[in-house]
Amino acid sequence: MAEGENEMRWDGLCSRDSTARETALENIRQIILRKTEYLRSVKETPYCPSDGLSNAVSLDGLNKLLAHLLMLSKRCPFKDVREKSEFILKSVQELGIRIPRPLGHGPSRFIPEKEILQVGSEDAQMHALFSDSFAALGRLDNITLVMVFHPQYLESFLKTQHYLLQMDGPLPLHYRHYIGIMAAARHQCSYLVNLHVNDFLHVGGDPKWLNGLENAPRKLQNLGELNKVLAHRPWLITKEHIEGLLKAEEHSWSLAELVHAVVLLTHYHSLASFTFGCGISPEIHCDGGHTFRPPSVSNYCICDITNGNHSVDEMQVNSAGNVPVSDSFFEVEALMEKMRQLQECRDEEEASQEEMASRFEIEKRESMFVFSSDDEEVTPARDVSRHFEDTSYGYKDFSRHGIQVPTFRVQDYCWEDHGYSLVNRLYPDVGQLIDEKFHIAYNLTYNTMAMHKDVDTSMLRRAIWNYIQCMFGIRYDDYDYGEINQLLDRSFKVYIKTVVCTPEKVTKRMYDSFWRQFKHSEKVHVNLLLIEARMQAELLYALRAITRYMT
Amino acid sequence: MEKMSRVTTALGGSALTGHTMHCHLDAPANAISVCRDAAQVVVAGRSIFKIYAIEEEQFVEKLNLRVGRKPSLNLSCADVVWHQMDENLLATAATNGVVVTWNLGRPSRNKQDQLFTEHKRTVNKVCFHPSEAHVLLSGSQDGFMKCFDLRKKDSVSTFSGQSESVRDVQFSIRDYFTFASTFENGNVQLWDIRRPDRCERMFTAHNGPVFCCDWHPDDRGWLATGGRDKMVKVWDMTTHRAKEMHCVQTIASVARVKWRPECRHHLATCSMMVDHNIYVWDVRRPFVPAAMFEEHRDVTTGIAWRHPHDPSFLLSGSKDSTLCQHLFRDASQPVERANPEGLCYGLFGDLAFAAKESLVATDSGRKPYAGDRRHPIFFKRKLDPAEPFTGLASSALSVFEMEPGSGSMSWFVDTAERYALAGRPLAELCDHNAKVARELGRNQVAQTWTMLRMIYCSPGVVPTTNLNHSVGKGSSCGLPLMNSFNLKDMSQGLGSETRLDRSKGDTRSDTVLLDSSATLITNEDNEETEGSDVPADYLLGDVEGEEEELYLLDPEHAHTEEPEYVLPQEAFPLRHEIVDTPPGPEHLQDKAESPHVSGSEADAASLAPVDASFSLISVSHALYDSRLPPDFFSALVCDMLRFYAEQGDVQMAVSVLIVLGERVRKDIDEQTQEHWYTSYIDLLQRFCLWNVSNQVVKLSTSRAISCLNQASTTLHVNCSHCKRPMSSRGWVCDRCHRCASMCAVCHHVVKGLFVWCQGCSHGGHLQHIMKWLEGSSHCPAGCGHLCEYS
Repeated sequence: MAEGENEMRWDGLCSRDSTARETALENIRQIILRKTEYLRSVKETPYCPSDGLSNAVSLDGLNKLLAHLLMLSKRCPFKDVREKSEFILKSVQELGIRIPRPLGHGPSRFIPEKEILQVGSEDAQMHALFSDSFAALGRLDNITLVMVFHPQYLESFLKTQHYLLQMDGPLPLHYRHYIGIMAAARHQCSYLVNLHVNDFLHVGGDPKWLNGLENAPRKLQNLGELNKVLAHRPWLITKEHIEGLLKAEEHSWSLAELVHAVVLLTHYHSLASFTFGCGISPEIHCDGGHTFRPPSVSNYCICDITNGNHSVDEMQVNSAGNVPVSDSFFEVEALMEKMRQLQECRDEEEASQEEMASRFEIEKRESMFVFSSDDEEVTPARDVSRHFEDTSYGYKDFSRHGIQVPTFRVQDYCWEDHGYSLVNRLYPDVGQLIDEKFHIAYNLTYNTMAMHKDVDTSMLRRAIWNYIQCMFGIRYDDYDYGEINQLLDRSFKVYIKTVVCTPEKVTKRMYDSFWRQFKHSEKVHVNLLLIEARMQAELLYALRAITRYMT
Repeated sequence: MEKMSRVTTALGGSALTGHTMHCHLDAPANAISVCRDAAQVVVAGRSIFKIYAIEEEQFVEKLNLRVGRKPSLNLSCADVVWHQMDENLLATAATNGVVVTWNLGRPSRNKQDQLFTEHKRTVNKVCFHPSEAHVLLSGSQDGFMKCFDLRKKDSVSTFSGQSESVRDVQFSIRDYFTFASTFENGNVQLWDIRRPDRCERMFTAHNGPVFCCDWHPDDRGWLATGGRDKMVKVWDMTTHRAKEMHCVQTIASVARVKWRPECRHHLATCSMMVDHNIYVWDVRRPFVPAAMFEEHRDVTTGIAWRHPHDPSFLLSGSKDSTLCQHLFRDASQPVERANPEGLCYGLFGDLAFAAKESLVATDSGRKPYAGDRRHPIFFKRKLDPAEPFTGLASSALSVFEMEPGSGSMSWFVDTAERYALAGRPLAELCDHNAKVARELGRNQVAQTWTMLRMIYCSPGVVPTTNLNHSVGKGSSCGLPLMNSFNLKDMSQGLGSETRLDRSKGDTRSDTVLLDSSATLITNEDNEETEGSDVPADYLLGDVEGEEEELYLLDPEHAHTEEPEYVLPQEAFPLRHEIVDTPPGPEHLQDKAESPHVSGSEADAASLAPVDASFSLISVSHALYDSRLPPDFFSALVCDMLRFYAEQGDVQMAVSVLIVLGERVRKDIDEQTQEHWYTSYIDLLQRFCLWNVSNQVVKLSTSRAISCLNQASTTLHVNCSHCKRPMSSRGWVCDRCHRCASMCAVCHHVVKGLFVWCQGCSHGGHLQHIMKWLEGSSHCPAGCGHLCEYS
């Protein structure tokens, strides 16, 4: 069988021109049918030992194609492609080949599938977003499907990500994906690693690199240290880190490349947070996203285990110990009452300066005690851990070991004034894109809270944002950190803390136990705040170090 | 402090004197402000709040306003302002949102007067009314501006910008009721202090935050604004719509802007990031700053002219914890360093060259054209007689015409396109390039490539005939080895004029080489004695004819365990025969024990021979490589590269540099390399050889060069109607839903190549316009313009 002519071309499907898609689909159909026929003929020949191996190989190849086709039939924004893919799958099945079926989670394990927008029922704006995304990547990933709760943000997010990965920038394409893999692997996020391993190979990356960081060029290896510190303890970044990268003889990074890398690293660290925070399921066409077994055999999903999420158990626990609705109803009421009080009190009673300063310290210190009780070490899955070294290095609160790290004051180095200028200087246009993204995330509101409408949520959003950055030691002079204590309850803090600092430990229980009355879209909204605040915090530390290096 | 020039400016009785000087503060400054009497300056920052007296020779700390037991955030100042009417009155804006006023007249140590805690976020700016004693204005991150009457406890009015954070507020100096405010989203608003309900006027001044603004002290309606988009803009506010009068493009985001007193068109700026200098610009000459102060080591955060009527003293505070007084006279003037020369190619290869007359005059033989008068501002205008632009008053323009046929650069283009620079072994590259050069009739270059190949490539590839010959002859002195030939060839190839300069070096290396080659041969002889188990494959092949000799020699060497020990002893006497220095026995002993030590000792005599004996030790399987130190030729090769570059053939220099890579790179300093690269890339681009130039950029190892194609290549288009950038597609504006570029012929949108007439600015599809203009010479849009297409 000549492999050349059977080389599968999926990119034709990304075209916006329906006739182009048509021909591409027809082409795919023929290839698949030819392969299927071939397999059948091999099966029917009575005994052919020499062919056993190649048979398995070609079956494996076919299965990959079928899985991809399954993904298309579910997730392609173009209706014709969805229908035709399904048709092809059916006809393959009729030929007696087992076809895959998606594992029934939907895009997110935390959010019931029916809550999430179905592909095909989106409105015009969302459809435009979907087709843009599909045209760029050839897929519609689960992250997009969850984020589409907030289309305004999604647009900015996709634009930025597209620019970072595909538009002009100092780093070669395969480097970008590899850096993405490095960053995601730091948080053992197999979802993102899998996605980008595919992309990495697609843009011509060397498969050897995937065996571990030590097989990648020296230049990327050097980035490992920065990746590690940035992901877990960004406040430790010094200009010496930067200097080490920029002055390494022939392996040195240029400033522009470094800024690109830093942006990518922070983007993927925080995206890993989102992936775990929203319980994103594996892609349909990736491992663990589909199965060839009939439904009855097992509900078991590999990725759940690697992510430390045993969703089946969680489900039972949850249904058993569900809090009465009325109870959680009062939760929302209480929160709103507190907001109202704060709004009113603010002008009357003024806290003294020392009081304000100590409130920040308290919040900072307390944020480390806020931790999920089950602190057992989850050993990362083998295939992910090979992308980074030093697995023991994780988030450490600064005050825990008596190390006093000076507080980072936003008034002295902030994104708007300083960070933006630096990024835009070294990596034009990206500063603008990230700036817009921060803005949208920070200002996004529908003025709703659970079942209440017309609520000014700015206070709550600011509390969340500042609490996240507080965990990284970033302080806003003009914020009263006492508000955080009033507005964020413990289970919420546990969730935030886990998602931001050790996302791999997030469980469905945590997701369910905070803000029980709130809608899923609001919880996703919280996650958007989380990832942007985290990204900004990491960026601030990295960029400050670069600025210090430059002066 | 070395600059002790003294400036005295008469100011209607009072006179300011002083030097360029600085003093160290304890902490980074965020803002400074000058007292009305021009003798005191206040510095405020996160952990500093002090008043300094400006004396003749130095700054003297006069008062520390940071008193109290515990540091309070109220004292963490984002901005400070000194009242221009009342010497005792100051106001600060705190990062926690508090506005504090200070009364220096208070008898107690704590001068704090009033505390306004009305803002919810950081207050970015405070501003006193220029003529009213009690009116203070503040602008905050929360988007509100508040006006305070210092006689009351609360604000008198609140202005809501309805957009984002307020970055600056400034009372108009001329209009009693007007103030301007700038916003993080790029807007500038004009307010009437009596009408807090809505602003008088609003316009978008910058893309991104507007960090600062300043009213012109004399011209009523002029407002200067500076933004994150690295621009300073001067607006005329007297007209119905704010009109942009001037625009200065700086290199970093603009943090502060201040008009220079008594100089109508001058303003000073400092930047928020990266750039630490303070610039004084003439807004009509926006490309080169009129003056530049380079004292600070970190970003400048505050600037203030010392006296409202004295243009020569500028004070500045910086994050590097210093307070500086700059004298305009001591400023460095980039104009002086700039080359007022222009060079441009015409469409048909003509070259125009404009320069200072004084420069051109010395260039005899060419008659300068009439002086260029197209840039009156640049060359003629001198508003302030104190400003020394006199040197640039006149210029001359020369035009060199291309003689048809001459100076054809086809060889350059051919060479550039056909050279192979990477991706193959060195030997092949050299061969290929030599072939290319030969085919183009450039024999000298071809010869150079061939020689490079011989110098740097492993011996296995070198034709063995020469070697065979010499070995076969067996004579041990003065052998005409091919290497020595090569050297001579090369020096001839380099041209006669350099031959002279270099002859000394050449002869020296020649002798050295002869030495070494002679030793080599003797060594080879010895090796043969050693036995056939020597893994010097090709050598063995060479000497096959002399096998008898091999067996003639005594067998003791054949079974020596350690050839390292024995062989040098044999090598030495032979070498010394040639060099004519008697061998010392202890030297020999040394050699036997640690060849490295003796190697360095022997350096004095000649380096190469010692190495030759090394090669013997290592049993010569990489004879050629190790016989000479790897960088033996590099000095010569570098000379050769320089020679080519000086001759103007920078192509050769760069190509060799790339092909040889590591081998010579270290020996030429970075700057020279960079210079060659840029010249070559420039040339390539002139000939539209984009691919080659990109390849060169990619292959270059110089950091500055490889950065070249890391910059963005995106070009942004603005809508021709609303002047906003068209973000999604290049041809339709999202905002006003109009198509930007319509074809004047077919009235459809142009999505690809758009060609337009530079006279009437109508245009359209390239094909359509071409076709149209074949039939008609008038503009297709019907505007009556006679368009030309060439």
